[in-house]
Amino acid sequence: MESVNKNEKLLEVKGLRTSFFTEGGEVKAVDDVNFNVYRGKTLGIVGESGCGKSVTSLSIMRLIPNPPGRTVGGEILYKGRDLLKLSDSEMRKIRGDEISMIFQEPMTSLNPVFTVGNQIMEAVMLHQNLSRKDARNKAIEQLQLVGIPSPEKRVDDYPHQLSGGMRQRVMIAMALSCHPQILIADEPTTALDVTIQAQILDLLRHLQEKFGMALILITHDLGVIAEMADEVAVMYAGRVVEQARVGEIFANPKMPYTRGLLNSIPVLTKDPTGKVKKKRLETIPGIVPNMLELPVGCRFQERCTYVIDACKEREPDLRVIAQDPILPHSIRCGRDI
Amino acid sequence: MEAQNTPNGEVLLSVRNLVKRFPIKGGILSREVASVKAVSDVSFDIKKGETLGLVGESGCGKSTLGRCILRLIEPSSGQVFFKGQDITKINGNEMRKLRRNMQIIFQDPYASLNPRMTVEDILAEPLVIHKIGANRHERMQRIIKLLDLCGLRREAISRYPHEFSGGQRQRICIARALAVSPEFIVCDEPVSALDVSIQAQIVNLMQDLQKELGLTYLFIAHDLKVVEHISTRVAVMYLGKISELATAEALYADPKHPYTRALLSAIPIPDPTYKKERIILRGDVPSPINPPSGCFFHPRCPIAKDNCQGEFPASKNFGTEGEGAHDVSCYYAQ
Repeated sequence: MESVNKNEKLLEVKGLRTSFFTEGGEVKAVDDVNFNVYRGKTLGIVGESGCGKSVTSLSIMRLIPNPPGRTVGGEILYKGRDLLKLSDSEMRKIRGDEISMIFQEPMTSLNPVFTVGNQIMEAVMLHQNLSRKDARNKAIEQLQLVGIPSPEKRVDDYPHQLSGGMRQRVMIAMALSCHPQILIADEPTTALDVTIQAQILDLLRHLQEKFGMALILITHDLGVIAEMADEVAVMYAGRVVEQARVGEIFANPKMPYTRGLLNSIPVLTKDPTGKVKKKRLETIPGIVPNMLELPVGCRFQERCTYVIDACKEREPDLRVIAQDPILPHSIRCGRDI
Repeated sequence: MEAQNTPNGEVLLSVRNLVKRFPIKGGILSREVASVKAVSDVSFDIKKGETLGLVGESGCGKSTLGRCILRLIEPSSGQVFFKGQDITKINGNEMRKLRRNMQIIFQDPYASLNPRMTVEDILAEPLVIHKIGANRHERMQRIIKLLDLCGLRREAISRYPHEFSGGQRQRICIARALAVSPEFIVCDEPVSALDVSIQAQIVNLMQDLQKELGLTYLFIAHDLKVVEHISTRVAVMYLGKISELATAEALYADPKHPYTRALLSAIPIPDPTYKKERIILRGDVPSPINPPSGCFFHPRCPIAKDNCQGEFPASKNFGTEGEGAHDVSCYYAQ
């Protein structure tokens, strides 16, 4: 289906299920999720808190705390190998080297008692067998790459000496130090101001072009998705509910949840006279369902304005509604709206 | 910025030359060695019934300014006039009485509710303090009204904060602020901690309440889209100073200050077909301990010239008669 050179499938997630076993019962945080990640492309995963987007990324990295969590089913094929079947030591070789991750909070994900240089050196010494001296030079080079001024001085700074934007750059420098094939960025700019966010997104785009890595970008900000992503998966209550290429999903959102999300953000709009329009925001009524008491049928039914009886009987499957050579537009909704 | 930007409507709150410095103590005698100039020389008016949006990046002093206005933090100098009365001069007792008219909603609905109090206790507390309602029964009537007003179910009354979602907790915070029927509410990032679909619910609720109760808001946020949506006028803050203040329409359609332009251009637009020119600012916000000389923005400014390092530019009004004032503190604003 895909032309091999242009769209090399790097990662294939098939039927992924990750559950947390709590006192109240099994929470199916990620429930039968499928997607592909292509070389040089960006997959955006959108959704609100608790929809399972972070758990998906942690599952790929095999960083789900066990207990209480466990990936109970599915396959994560990286270049044809199932990551879920690798031994811990095999996984350690891939993690941080071929697949890297940056987290939302740059303050809590850096170790406060080591200099940032030391933390970058740790990864390159482990994966690339560099000497301390070479590793230090590599760290300086990485800091330079992500645009930190006077990196030869900053390399000896502790995380608390850096601003939020700088810390996120350090995280990126660390994640990129081994030139990963896939970078998972979990809300990389959520904690940052817009001007710094613009810097970081620009940097990610630039680095992606330079190294051709694939990016999995997890965010709740549809603006960031529109700017960065090639393909988009919308998640709700542990499921992918809509999937399409970025242009298609913004032009033709079909799942009521996606529509609701798009309508509930205030948009900077101007009418032809140059005046700014103001309309009342559309809302999605209610809140996300309790993952321990999911309704029978569609998981979005309680908040959906298009709900009919059939929605309450059986959960719709993800079905293709428009063909596309790379990613067919599919939705998990039984209605045609 | 003088009080001239009031073509119509009565001024409810005026801030004049407000300054807040936080001392940094050091040395063995813990003398003041430096200070953080969180708010430096800020003046503006808020008219009755309007929403003044206050935007800026973290650390620009917007929350400190909001708290100084309510004297939750004592300002270092300057005046705040509420209905003509200088509230920086009155004593604690009088201030407490005045707080009936001035309330605040905080960012984090998880941290701003006492986990050991039921919703009834939370909403009754301001009523008891301000002696509203003669007995528990009367207070209960009022609490039920507040819950209805804020879209909460009546069963909520005997429950604890942890039993609610983030959006519902923010509704409780709003109900608490409204309990004493204030005229003016400082909303300090009221929706930043919430998911987008919930954000829209709260923004709509706040707009409905404003219409119904004639409230005046100071709406502090870093999300420029939300601020545009809810505000009548918008002030942009940078390093403790207001760099631009105009009606929301004028500010977003025709930003004059280079900082405002950069901020607006940095917002990701949820439309993949829209390609715009982005102004990417270099570096970070400088430290407010040693702000740059002259215009605070000059080290990051794409259009700065030599004289920008000299003195802080006085604000100029670019507004037209019909559209109201458009104050900009920049030598090269066009």
